[in-house]
Amino acid sequence: MATDSDLTTLTATEMAAAVAAGELSAVDLTKAHLDRIEQTDLQVRAFLYVASDGALAAARVVDERRAAGEPLGPLAGVPLALKDVFTTADMPTTCGSKILAGWRPPYDATITARLRAAGVVILGKTNMDEFAMGSSTENSAFGPSRNPWDLARVPGGSSGGSAAAVAAYQAPLGIGTDTGGSIRQPAAVCGLVGVKPTYGGSSRYGLVAFASSLDTPGPLTRTVLDAALLHETISGHDPCDSTSLDAPVPPVVAAAKNADVAGLRIGVVTELAGDGYAGGVLSCFNEAIELLESLGAKVIEVSCPHFRYALPAYYLIAPSECSSNLARFDGMRYGLRVGDDGTASAEEVMSLTRAAGFGAEVKRRIMLGTYALSSGYYDAYYGKAQQVRTLITRDFSAAFEQADVLVSPTTPTTAFPIGERVDDPMAMYLADLATIPGNLAGNAAMSVPCGLSPEDGLPVGLQIMAPVLADDRLYRVGAAVEGALDQRRGHRLLTQARGIERGAGATGEAGR
Amino acid sequence: MPITRDEVAHLATLSRLALTDEELDRFAGQLDVIIGAVARVQEVAAAGIPPMTHAADLSNVFREDVVTPCLSADVVLSQAPAAEAGQFKVPRILAED
Repeated sequence: MATDSDLTTLTATEMAAAVAAGELSAVDLTKAHLDRIEQTDLQVRAFLYVASDGALAAARVVDERRAAGEPLGPLAGVPLALKDVFTTADMPTTCGSKILAGWRPPYDATITARLRAAGVVILGKTNMDEFAMGSSTENSAFGPSRNPWDLARVPGGSSGGSAAAVAAYQAPLGIGTDTGGSIRQPAAVCGLVGVKPTYGGSSRYGLVAFASSLDTPGPLTRTVLDAALLHETISGHDPCDSTSLDAPVPPVVAAAKNADVAGLRIGVVTELAGDGYAGGVLSCFNEAIELLESLGAKVIEVSCPHFRYALPAYYLIAPSECSSNLARFDGMRYGLRVGDDGTASAEEVMSLTRAAGFGAEVKRRIMLGTYALSSGYYDAYYGKAQQVRTLITRDFSAAFEQADVLVSPTTPTTAFPIGERVDDPMAMYLADLATIPGNLAGNAAMSVPCGLSPEDGLPVGLQIMAPVLADDRLYRVGAAVEGALDQRRGHRLLTQARGIERGAGATGEAGR
Repeated sequence: MPITRDEVAHLATLSRLALTDEELDRFAGQLDVIIGAVARVQEVAAAGIPPMTHAADLSNVFREDVVTPCLSADVVLSQAPAAEAGQFKVPRILAED
């Protein structure tokens, strides 16, 4: 009989196979993860809400369907941690903000609905930077999550709660959203696989909007194949999202199983290295490039000269969209209302509500966007940023004529200490230096673990970028890197995480 | 051109954010640094370059006009800060002056 700690360390693929074969009940699997959350989440603080009863009920349905001989999807019965930015009809949705504390949305997001339809067991809602604005979860109104590699460090963000949950074996699957790197950067600093699908490949319906032209839901997992299975489960055209692509889902699962990079042309982006990147990150990155060459890939260098303007363009475009999107939080129809004393006007109540309900980063970005969109500044800021966006997309197109995929470090540093960047917004923004170009162009990108920094022993991510709707290439390359490194090491990277105990009977050091 | 505290106060008004004096002081310094950094987009020679508003190259997405169920008033109003007689109850809209 497998112990709970054994169960939670299986891959999602293994869990689903055991459930489908009747060797393991979805209810027992769910209980093991709920126990794990109870044992570890006071330290990790990944979850804002745990839906124990709902999860067990969903698991029971999977077990009943299996017993009745009904066909099950490839992730049926597997538990998942859902970022608290997706609406859930049976759980609160807060977006990490006081302005939505306790809000019960009346409907499910498309992502939520597809997970349920696939028999995936949603354990609860995970912590995040408020309205997905941040790179550490420190902008959550409910306090930061912790990195399972070192509890004194951030798990990245904004999808840091989902990343921390998956890295702490509280769930094998997590869903995040990526607007400027919010899936890939937490994946990199937690030693996980994180994928930003092609923009429009995964639905935004019921995803509370931050920057609508950039927001993209995607998977956070411990293995590349698990990410591919989750990618396939949530993807595909959604008529409820006007920017959803009506195109076949790229064959990501087949690509993850193929894992062959022989003859593939891999472009190293000149502009995404050097100044600002930690030495330990660059040394892991360079080793990954050598590894890919040894596996038969053809490595070339490519230049994308406008990428150096991606960060400034992003911090005009995303705040501009945010200032419009967050205008809906007016204290009139749902959420917090402050100062309604019977004499104050609607406008005064609105201003008091927003001042009380939003945190500092959200306020900064709303004002920054308001500034960039103001008459007199529009052409010099927002208009110019949109032109830069065109130039960055053209850089990508030119680079993809020379290379099948592009690579870079996912983020310039390893996980930084909690508190280090909270008073310096620009320092925090630099975490997304390498991930933002992919969001602006809307193409597909992945972070896959590529080792531990020799400087601090913390995980480093390799970013892989592919053209629009060529998401399958990410999985070919990611699976090749993962397979070769796991074989060389003799175990998965994540088993070296020592921030928390892996479970009863495991030989991890105690958490701090 | 530095961002002044008065400009930040104006932005806060436009943004419907009732900020405290302490917040205005802090945000003025931070927004000045951020706007200085993002102004680098102006270095790019972009004459004649079309603006890109969106990653997905889509226009005029049509669908059939089909009647589908919608949320009931009870469900929607259950999340309202205040409701009365099947409607949202809001503070007064018109100012007295």
